[in-house]
Amino acid sequence: MADKVAFELVSPDRLLMSVEADAVAMPGMEGDFGVLPGHAPLISALRAGVIEVEGAGDAPDRIYIAGGFAEVAADRLVVLAEEAVVVADMDRADLDQRVQDANDELSSAEEGEERRLAEGKIAALQELLGGAR
Amino acid sequence: MANLKELKNRITSVTSTQKITKAMQMVAAAKLRRAQEAAEQSRPYAQRMERMIASVASNLPSLDNAPPLVAGTGKEDVHLLVVVTAERGLCGAFNTNVIRAVRRRAVELRDQGKEVKLFCVGRKGEESLRRDMGDDIVEYVTLREVKNISFVDARPIAEKLSQMFTDGEFDVCTVYYNAFKSVISQVVTAQQLIPVSLPDEDAVADEDAVDLGGAIYDYEPEEDDLLGVLVPRNMSVQIYRSLLESGAAEHAARMTSMDNATRNAGDMIDGLTLTYNRTRQAIITKELIEIVSGAEAL
Repeated sequence: MADKVAFELVSPDRLLMSVEADAVAMPGMEGDFGVLPGHAPLISALRAGVIEVEGAGDAPDRIYIAGGFAEVAADRLVVLAEEAVVVADMDRADLDQRVQDANDELSSAEEGEERRLAEGKIAALQELLGGAR
Repeated sequence: MANLKELKNRITSVTSTQKITKAMQMVAAAKLRRAQEAAEQSRPYAQRMERMIASVASNLPSLDNAPPLVAGTGKEDVHLLVVVTAERGLCGAFNTNVIRAVRRRAVELRDQGKEVKLFCVGRKGEESLRRDMGDDIVEYVTLREVKNISFVDARPIAEKLSQMFTDGEFDVCTVYYNAFKSVISQVVTAQQLIPVSLPDEDAVADEDAVDLGGAIYDYEPEEDDLLGVLVPRNMSVQIYRSLLESGAAEHAARMTSMDNATRNAGDMIDGLTLTYNRTRQAIITKELIEIVSGAEAL
């Protein structure tokens, strides 16, 4: 069994990242989960949050995604995210802008799923903002 | 005998036309490269998304409880045709081909007693279809301001489609676009978006497929719910893909047609130059004859 997880981050525009990592923590829709080598096959929806990659050398280790999907199969982890930004590349202004966008989304969102997603987004961004302060 | 001056003017005008078509061809070639790259880079996402959906769907006991986007409304009375065309002309039969396919399909559907609605993406399709099927156009999106198509441009279209579907405005949705096959060949493709034509898991199995060693996927949340989230997302991806394909195909079509135009202009210049020289020689000969016969008469 391989002792690394092949982690791929794909956006609709292109393949953003493809690295070998020791472990990856994911913000799952029904709770966060970590992926280590030998993880059972899993397909999960992701909420907005931060993906943490461990032991991937020089590659960025914290990536913010605005929701997506993850597929784990045979030591391979594929993440489909519509929007992904390396946390280290985000500055305050950028974050503030995102919080604002998310708030707009929340106010225009209808009850139910959509609203819950927008709220989750804000929470995740706020957490990042707290860290940046 | 043609006027020398007139001939010369025509040669000049054809030469400048040739310069323009040549420049357009080169611009299209440069843009084509970029568009082709974008289309290729978007492929991993679409492929993996398709594989996930196939995997989830194959684990559903039945499609009865699936979201309507997957299962359909159970009728197919109202058809929505999404027409993806270019914003500009001068690209050969590119736009005409899509429009012709849509017209044919619309007539076919009407003969079967179904209702047809049109959703135009791109100015050229709208302009041409408005003439005879203007009443059927329910939506029109122009990507005029967009230089490089990005996912953000596709999402509103997909959202609009889901909205219309939820409002019960149509039962079946098909996208018509030019697929980029190669630089010299673009193929009009019709792809059914709603209800989703579920890919066969075997068909999707590519070199990327992994052997799970008999293990079964865990799904979070449950299959039904997951499919409910995946499918709308997939729709944006499919629209994005058709926009990209259409973009690459457009540049390819323009490149070929402008190449043809440049060559035609070249042929025309050759012909005109030949006539010009013949006329010039004929005039000189005539003048000589006049001088000689004038001298002999003395």
